[in-house]
Amino acid sequence: MAIARVVCKLGDDVSTDIIYPGRFMATVLPTETPQYAFADDKALNAKLKAGEIPPGSFIVAGKNFGCGSSREQAASCISGYGIIVIARHFARIFLQNSINVGLAMVICPTIDAAEGDELEIAEGRVWNRTSGKSFPIEALPQARQAIIDAGGLIPYTRRLLTKQV
Amino acid sequence: MGMTYIQKLLARACGEPALAVGDVVEPPVDLAMSHENGALVINQFNEIYQGTGRDSSVWDPDRIAIIFDHRVPAESSKTATNQKKIREFVAKQGIGKFHDIRGDVGGICHQILPENGYVRPGAVVVGTDSHTTTHGALGAFAFGIGATEMASVWALGHVLNVEVPATIKVVVKGRLGPGVYAKDLILAVIGKLTAEGANYRVIEFHGEEIRNMPTSGRLVLCNMSVEAGATAGVVPPDAETERYLRQEAGVTDDLDLFGPDADAVYERVIEIDAAALGPQIACPHTVDNVKPVADVRGTKVQQVVIGSCTNGRLDDLEVAARILKGKHVAAGTRMLVFPASWRIYSQALERGYLGDIIAAGAVVCNPGCGPCLGVHQGALADGETALATTNRNFKGRMGNPSAEVYLCSPAVAAASALTGVITDPRGGN
Repeated sequence: MAIARVVCKLGDDVSTDIIYPGRFMATVLPTETPQYAFADDKALNAKLKAGEIPPGSFIVAGKNFGCGSSREQAASCISGYGIIVIARHFARIFLQNSINVGLAMVICPTIDAAEGDELEIAEGRVWNRTSGKSFPIEALPQARQAIIDAGGLIPYTRRLLTKQV
Repeated sequence: MGMTYIQKLLARACGEPALAVGDVVEPPVDLAMSHENGALVINQFNEIYQGTGRDSSVWDPDRIAIIFDHRVPAESSKTATNQKKIREFVAKQGIGKFHDIRGDVGGICHQILPENGYVRPGAVVVGTDSHTTTHGALGAFAFGIGATEMASVWALGHVLNVEVPATIKVVVKGRLGPGVYAKDLILAVIGKLTAEGANYRVIEFHGEEIRNMPTSGRLVLCNMSVEAGATAGVVPPDAETERYLRQEAGVTDDLDLFGPDADAVYERVIEIDAAALGPQIACPHTVDNVKPVADVRGTKVQQVVIGSCTNGRLDDLEVAARILKGKHVAAGTRMLVFPASWRIYSQALERGYLGDIIAAGAVVCNPGCGPCLGVHQGALADGETALATTNRNFKGRMGNPSAEVYLCSPAVAAASALTGVITDPRGGN
């Protein structure tokens, strides 16, 4: 994976209300949700919408990223920008939704990076090319690997259905 | 080795003699619930079938429930259009457990499911709502999933790749004192576990207080278990579960009541002394920022909200009415009350609770989720503080990131509405 910058550094317990505020929940389609990503963080939302953040960039967060609501918009709105989320760990439903809709995530329990740092993911580690340190990546749940390999839950379920014929 | 309640439930559901923590199973689903986000589920469901040449029929229309509650009546044409799309799908697929915007059968999904007897002990329940954990109060394994996951359930009839979760046992010793409720208890548990302390785990509730607690209180405990990150909360079913299902939910068929094994292995056991617990409050902006009410009493509140899937039930309204009766909501404070369902609304009307609440100056709104997540009524101004019996106080939760939300029991909320500041309902302020 290419070297890319951390565009945003967030703390612990970032809720789905921060990622995708409830008042935009009537918008559901993955093609339409990205406009409301981090809507209450006006600067970040504006940068995203202006296309100033290249795909492959990183958001780095603490523990329990995506806690709260089961709204899938919280995963699809980030996925729409091709951003990779690195967190110390993720809340269960958010992690599952992200796998299902194909949002790239990295579980990295010791990650240490600041906004603007250049990161690279290689050999099972996150390499911070700015600080010179590297941090081990924790595998995504083994039970979900087949869904990840299929490219998401829609193609995976479609495959199961057609096999049943 | 003995099994916890959920281990045993999953083993039974999957036809296995035993299951260990970490085993991966694909349990058949007894009930699959969605609300307005059914619009996205429908979209994903149709996408699954695209190009397969197969007829896109749901696996079992009798096991699907759809309840309109998040934005009722519709607050925008966009919502109305989503609701219309869902109605058309419901008609086409013959989905029976459909609760439209109606004064006879409507309400919040996590009250509609229990009061209609849709949830039974031993059942596997999934819902496209994180508070689906609520239904563990009736002995179900009930958990929240996303919309695409639900589309897959609608197609297949089972949940894919479920890891049998480890269980945290919470034992509540003794009895809660006067003015202290299930809400205070679960806030204390969340404060202890933290917002991530039960991630990927089940919380199983035991002890003297739980055995004596009505289902309405157990629903509160399981509802908010997700705020500690839990996959599910559960109260092993007992005589009270049977009483509720027979008397209040009209269930007549056989019930399968079982408990965890006596030698079940728990990841962790937490003991709570109920008698020592006072009213609790979750302070901004995380649900695990829990303190005794005494620590923040006197804090000014501009809006008090009683309602939601957590605390909008009949006994919650009774407590509020008792405190408010013959008194008045403080000037400078507005009070909103949202019963959890129209059945509860009617019962509270009959018993005079709503009359007392309105006479005190509160505004009674229609059952729904609206203000809890800032989508429909009850928005806050910049710099305002709300005190709510709802379940989340995240930044922006009530629709304004420049406002603050505190979470408490209906008693604390009602007592505080009268004074305009956070107040201990037991007096002594």
